[in-house]
Amino acid sequence: MQRFINNPDLVVEDTVKGFVKAHSDIVRLAENPRVIVAKDAPFAGKVGVVTGGGSGHEPAFIGYTGKNMLDAVAVGELFSSPTAKSFHDAIREANGGKGVVVLYGNYAGDNMNVKMATKLAAKDGIEIATVVANDDVCSAPPEEREKRRGVAGEIFMWKMGGAKAATGASLEEVRATAQKAIDNCRSIGVGLGPCTLPAVGHPNFQIEPGTMEVGIGHHGEPGVRVEKLKTAEEVAKDMVKIVLDDHNLPAGTEVAVLVSGLGATPLNELYILNDTIESEISARGLKIRKTWIGNYFTSLEMVGATLTVMALDDELKTLLDVETRCTIIL
Amino acid sequence: MQTFNNASSGAIVLSMSERIVENRAYLSEIDGKIGDGDHGVNMAKGFGMAAERLKGKDVALAESLDTLGTVLMTEIGGSMGPLYGVMFTEFAETIQGVDKIDAAAYSKMLHAGLAGIQSIGSAKVGDKTLLDTLVPAVEVFDKATADGKSFGEALEALVVAAEAGRDSTIDLVAKIGRASRLGERSLGVLDAGATSCAIILKELSDGARARLA
Repeated sequence: MQRFINNPDLVVEDTVKGFVKAHSDIVRLAENPRVIVAKDAPFAGKVGVVTGGGSGHEPAFIGYTGKNMLDAVAVGELFSSPTAKSFHDAIREANGGKGVVVLYGNYAGDNMNVKMATKLAAKDGIEIATVVANDDVCSAPPEEREKRRGVAGEIFMWKMGGAKAATGASLEEVRATAQKAIDNCRSIGVGLGPCTLPAVGHPNFQIEPGTMEVGIGHHGEPGVRVEKLKTAEEVAKDMVKIVLDDHNLPAGTEVAVLVSGLGATPLNELYILNDTIESEISARGLKIRKTWIGNYFTSLEMVGATLTVMALDDELKTLLDVETRCTIIL
Repeated sequence: MQTFNNASSGAIVLSMSERIVENRAYLSEIDGKIGDGDHGVNMAKGFGMAAERLKGKDVALAESLDTLGTVLMTEIGGSMGPLYGVMFTEFAETIQGVDKIDAAAYSKMLHAGLAGIQSIGSAKVGDKTLLDTLVPAVEVFDKATADGKSFGEALEALVVAAEAGRDSTIDLVAKIGRASRLGERSLGVLDAGATSCAIILKELSDGARARLA
């Protein structure tokens, strides 16, 4: 294992320290060192927007803290949900008196810890709404969408929810917009190489050379099928097909596209994938309004990429254009 | 009637923590086959932190369990933090103020822990989770005492049932948590939570049995 770490058990602590030093113009650390807060939050009269999740996905989740995005983020261990206490503290930090919406992924730990945190926050008199992301197509069949994992589509959910909150909308309006955003998202991941938790010291799954895992999860959850590694063009076609077959969008629909590396895939390969992704999406009669390409939601040093497509209506188009001021340009 | 002293049994939590820390790599390894391989790491971190706080203090079992539960709940996160956190704090609350713990009090404690877990999680027996260890262990303990077995014999039966429950997860398809996304591919592997739960129940029950008077 060739990694830049000090102590494998303090990876998250050290990450947060470096992050806060780099971005003190945008974020601050809460009293709870596992909570990152937008510098000037809470904002009176604005619905607070909160998320949280395991570490190892940087820039997610902390990197999306900032103006017109997330007000506070609860930070977990690597690939492990934050504590109920951290979610609770994040909610308190984000509370500007108009309620707080918690926008998070569909993982057993997050579900439990958010549930406990919302109970604690209710005792403080804070009104809470939640939206659970479930954009990962391969993690469950369409009739069991509520079981699907939340992956990179969460970024669109945060951006739409954060932008809506910035308009001064009510808690219910922000919740409804974030829910619509994630309902309009579909994602797929393809893995070419595994990742290693430093404290474990060896990869927790293997991908045989010459093969790929289609539908791989953000924590190395094995994909739905393993097959021979194909050309980028064939992989991209497959990714678009899986996402859009599930999405079933009418021709002429405008979409936003996010292609994210999983941590160890060079950016140029994402562009190679995108060359085909864009052609394939256009060939289906859809109009791409905006594309983001980069390491937006990673899985430590996993080799691979994800594709997320969000269908846009008039409201989402407007919100998509709202500028954010977080550590990642969106 | 056999009982053990709450006040002089706090060290059971220390030996439980030692076992969990010893099994750090093993628990992560089995978790890594169908999960993300961090179960041992997070469990060892939480139990180790609780042990640090308890070391050198001569506290009752109830207080030790409360310290452990609180650390897991507030410091560990993941799924196991809240689940085991609730279980241990419920254990602690149930035996708080009980000087001599008999089979009835022990059963009441186990049931409170189980109810706590079920109030925040949605798993059932057969879903390939720690409940596949805990539920049969509690049932067998209750049946043994109902059949007129001594507290000590019932504790022995509990440990056997917990380990059998743990082993039953090899042939189960995961229905909940991260491994559930794998469907049939989760067959043939122990569930990490069921495995750590068997370690916990064995240490707790062996510790109680060794202190029976």
